[in-house]
Formats: sequence, structure tokens, C-alpha cells
Amino acid sequence: MKYLTEYGDGEIAQKLAHEIRQITTRPWALMEVCGGQTHSIIRNGIDQLLPPEIELIHGPGCPVCVTPLGLIDQALEIAAQPGVIFCSFGDMLRVPGSTKDLFRVKSEGADVRVVYSPLDAVNIARQSPERQVVFFGIGFETTAPANAMAVKMARQQGLKNFSMLVSHVLVPPAIEAIMTSPGNRVQAFLAAGHVCSVMGYWQYPPLAARHGVPIVITGFEPLDVMDGIRRAVAQLESGRNEVENAYERAVNFDGNGTAQQILNEVFEVTDRAWRGIGVIPKSGWSLQPAYREFDAAYRFSVTDIQTCESTLCHSGEVLQGRLKPNQCPAFGKECTPRKPLGATMVSSEGACAAYYNYGRFLNISAAN
Amino acid sequence: MNFENWSCPLPLLDYPTIVLGHGGGGKLSAELIEHLFLPAFGNPALLNLGDSSVLTVPAGRLAFSTDSFVVRPLFFPGGSIGELAVNGTVNDLAMSGAQPLYLSAGFILEEGFAVSSLGEIVTRMARAAYKAGVQIVTGDTKVVERGHGDGCYINTSGIGVIPDGLQIGPGLARPGDVILVSGTIGDHGMAIMSVREGLEFDTVIESDCAPLSELVADLLPLGGIHALRDPTRGGVASSLNEIAASSGVGMIIEDVRVPVEPEVQAACNLLGLDPLFVPNEGKLLAIVAPEKADAILDRMRAHPVAGRACVIGRVTDKHPGLLVSKTRIGATRVVPMQLGEQLPRIC
Repeated sequence: MKYLTEYGDGEIAQKLAHEIRQITTRPWALMEVCGGQTHSIIRNGIDQLLPPEIELIHGPGCPVCVTPLGLIDQALEIAAQPGVIFCSFGDMLRVPGSTKDLFRVKSEGADVRVVYSPLDAVNIARQSPERQVVFFGIGFETTAPANAMAVKMARQQGLKNFSMLVSHVLVPPAIEAIMTSPGNRVQAFLAAGHVCSVMGYWQYPPLAARHGVPIVITGFEPLDVMDGIRRAVAQLESGRNEVENAYERAVNFDGNGTAQQILNEVFEVTDRAWRGIGVIPKSGWSLQPAYREFDAAYRFSVTDIQTCESTLCHSGEVLQGRLKPNQCPAFGKECTPRKPLGATMVSSEGACAAYYNYGRFLNISAAN
Repeated sequence: MNFENWSCPLPLLDYPTIVLGHGGGGKLSAELIEHLFLPAFGNPALLNLGDSSVLTVPAGRLAFSTDSFVVRPLFFPGGSIGELAVNGTVNDLAMSGAQPLYLSAGFILEEGFAVSSLGEIVTRMARAAYKAGVQIVTGDTKVVERGHGDGCYINTSGIGVIPDGLQIGPGLARPGDVILVSGTIGDHGMAIMSVREGLEFDTVIESDCAPLSELVADLLPLGGIHALRDPTRGGVASSLNEIAASSGVGMIIEDVRVPVEPEVQAACNLLGLDPLFVPNEGKLLAIVAPEKADAILDRMRAHPVAGRACVIGRVTDKHPGLLVSKTRIGATRVVPMQLGEQLPRIC
């Protein structure tokens, strides 16, 4: 585990925690943008090491969680069509649509397959020319290059039976939306390290300047997250609002040029609905007109679907950091991982699932 | 018969694949029994070929267990469905302190399944049974139409004898007890994942599939063992949660003490899995009295299947029913039961 275990060292973690306590003089609210960071915080108990003044608000950076209900319903409808092989990352299978989820559709006879890469779906399409193969292309900027590559390869290979249901979302517009939303409490951001490894962080300085908010590019291992917190708090305490890179081993200013090139070739920026939040302008990617033939929503004519969200689910407020998961009235009662009302209770990166899975509704102070 | 160097004679080449008639109870079934099962499993009880086997068992309490095996793929690094089917039931018996004696073996085969593969599986079962010191004394074969099975499913049931006066069980853990694990965790699950269709990755990870009955027999005379569990499906986390719930106690483990092979940890990181939830097929958890813990640990480490045994935590009267883990950075988290399988069809 070289290069990973080092970033979970208990002694250094205690030192960092001590340093954070030392520099903190008043309450601050920090948002970690990425669901992977939320998972790391809860799994490792990072928040337990912080002084009580530091509040971590869990951001909307779980791609499964923000995929809109309408798109899930489109996926369910496509997957149920005869002759379709519907490929998806595993997390999406349990996300509830309006009436069912992909697991239900699978048990009713649909050919739904879990893949670990969109390129697997392209291979399946090549091997099954008589079937229509659809890949559920969700995610932030991190997963987008592989999805763009899959579409490009499908074209290069002349595959007429491959398409993608695309629901890509972008981090900077989400930060903008959070900062301009009424009642926003976020004072600093831990930006998503892996998104920045693709995109760089050249998009962030204007955001930081416009909203007077420190943005620290942060990784995912315990020490990465703690170092991100330390730097964000240091900025807040000294009244700075800079963009800082605390994940230098993976991120540079410009990002991955090759990946960005293929993204620009295959995708175009579009307005995108975020589940529980609503439409955020220019916050997503869809396929360029030149690649429209690979768009599953058009190929299967499922663009007009009416949806209804559960009225009990407060995932929108959770995603915007206005509510802690365990403050939701349905948390652990009507809504559990077994019977999730919203996607935040499904995905391993979802804030509600993280709280539930690591027992954040139980009193375990006696264990300390 | 020396099974160490024994291989299946396989004189069944008239039918290189299983046909429906192999499960029909007629001549083809008889040939399968005569040429494959009897030579492999051969023992007096089986050779009677009666409708049931008649067994002599020592006086006392019997342990009785059953398990079905549907692992995919059938052959994987470090084992096959054959070893799993034998060791799985042997280990379930051993976890109640029983000395396993007899197994049954039920096969559900898919039409078209290669007879040579069946031969290999049966050979491996015979070898595993020999190593575990059990006899396969009764069996059954059914064949389902092509497309209605996945090659080969196996059910084994087994009985074993529990020594007089021995009391161990999942409800007997007490505050103050020490939690031991007999070696590295997660090997079996990740070995299977490494060869799973659509996910193949290059690795040296091998399944830990092994019988634990001899290890248990070595440990029991030391006394002080309150509960044993082989953490198969659901892994260490589920087994400890179950014991915590049954005994009405809390459990505290430390992440840094839990032994995980670097390759297994790396594969888990890659796939977003937690080794605490990944299945094992040759490891046990022992909840033991604190004053006996050192002796039990020493005895474990002297046994080839438990060379890397270690203490991973202790039982507490706080937070009854919950498994709590001390994280690497010194905080705590609750380790809950998994909702469903992290990995399907792993055994």
C-alpha cells in the first residue's frame, strides 16, 4: 500500500488536528464538495478530531445522488425494452426512480449488467451486434473522459448498436449555485481533488475572488482531507480567499490536456437538473450534435417523462448543506439503505448512506 | 487410498458432456456413480449404495449443518467449488466445536457441462474431504436443461460430534473477552473478484479456502473459547455484529490491527470495498477469555492455516449489539451489518 497508507498515519493526523485546534478562534463552516471526501471523513472519523468550531457541510459531489429522477426513469424505460443490454456502474442499480429501480427491472427480465468501465460496454456492443447496448453515463468531470472515449471508440469502430444515456455534471457551476443561494452558510470549499486532476483548477480563482471564499483542492485520504481543512481554516482565520492546491501529487493548474481535448470534442456544456436542487445553468455536459446518434435519450425517444419525487425526502437540503442527514425527519425511519427515499441514501458516496452506514445516528460516545 | 497423488480415472468419455440422462436414475446415472463418485469418495458407507447411508456415530451431541455452493467461476486461484463445498460445511461444523465426520454431496448439473470439469471438481472434493478427515457418505445428482443452471451447483450437509461438556456459541461472548482472527482477511473474496468476468485484474491473490476443523481441535483443549465463527459471506464485520447481537455485548476492533494482504487491500481500494466485509473461506474468529488469549494465539500460530493469527479487539459491555472500530487516525466509527452482498456468488 505504498503511497496510500502513509496518508492515513495516526500520529501525523493527531499533529494536524492539534494544529487545526491551535489556529481556530471562532466558528467556521467548510464544505467538502466531493462524496468521496464525505465518505473518507465519516469512515475515518475525521470530524471527531476537529475542534467544535469547525463544521463540515457535505456537498453535492456524489454523482449518483444528483442524477435527476427523470433520468433514472428514462434509464428504467430503456432498460426494460426488449433486446437492450443496459450497462451501468453498480451504484445506480438501487437508486429509486418514480416507481422502481434497475434491480427491479432486472428481476423482471431486463438485461441489466454492472460494468466497471464504459469501455466494457463498448466491448459488449461489439460482441453482441444484434443487441442495443446502452451505457448509463453519469458522473462529474472525473468519469467524463472515459465516457467520452467510449463514445469516440464506438464511432471509430462503426458501432451502430452502442449509445449512452448522459447525465454529466460539473463542479464549478455547483459551487457558484451554492454561493449565490439564499441562506448559504458555506465559508470555504474543499474542492474535489480528482475532478481537478482532470480539469485543473484554472476555473476556480474567479470563483474565489467573486464570492470571497477560500477554495482548497483536496485529496481523499485522511491526511489529505485534514491538510485541506487546515489550509482552509488558516485562510479563513487570516481573512484570505485564495485558491490553494493541497493535492499536488495528483493535480496541477492546467489539468489533463488530453482528457480536456476529448471532452471538448465529444461533449458540450448544457443546463442540467440536479436531483433535489433543480436546474443549474451550464452545469452539465451532453453529447455534441456531431455525436447525437450515440445519445440513448434520442435513440429510444424517452425525452418526455413525468416524474414525482417523494415529499418526505429532504435530500436537496442535504445536498446543499442546509440539513445534516440525521436531521432529516425520515432519516433511519421511512428512509434507510434498504428502502431509500432518495439517492443520497443509496450511493456509497451519498451523505445519508455514509451517516447511516457508519452509525451516525447512534450514540457511541461510550466507546471513546 | 492415497489421495495426495490420486487423480480421477474418468472412463466416461462416451459422454464428454453431461446429458439429461445422467440425472435420470438409469444406466447413465449408474455409470456416473460407478466410474466417478465411488472411486473418488469410496468408503464403506457409500459402497453399500443403499437409499440411505447407515452410520455409526459416537454417543453425545451432534452438530448438523448444510450449505449450497453457487460460486462463479467454478475454478479460481487457490481453489474451486469442490474444495469450497467440502470446507464450507466442515468449517460450519467446526465452529460449534464439533469434530466433522460425514458429509452428503448433492450435485445440480446443467446439461452440456463438461464431464472432465465434473471429474476435476469431484477429485478436488475427495482430496479436500481426505484433508479435513471427513467421509462423503451419500449423494445425489440432478441434471437441469441447458440454460437453467450455471454448470454446476453443489449442496453439502454434514454431521459432527461435539465433545462432552463443551459450551461454545455465538451467544456466549462476555465483556472483557479478546477477539482473535486466525490470519489475513478478504483473500477469498478478492481472489474470486480477480477472475470475475468483466473485471479480470492481474494479481497474485489466492483464495484462503481451507478446513479449520484440525485447528479447532487443537485449540479446544486449551479452554477459554467462548465463540467461534468463520467469517464467510458478509466477512468479519457481519460475523462480529452477529456475535455482538447474540451475546448482547459490544465489540471494539482496531483498523490497524486487522491483517490484510497489501494486494487484497489494493484491490479493495480499487473496487471501493472494505476488507472487513469481504468473505473468507479458511479463517476463523475466536472470542476467548482474556487469561487464555496468549496461549490460544500461540497454538493458532503453530498451525499452518493460522500462522498470521492476531488479536484485533475486545468485547465490551458498552454499546451492546454494536461493532465499533478505532480508525487509523484514532477516531471511531460504527461498523454495521451490510444490507446485501458486497459481492454476489462468491461461494
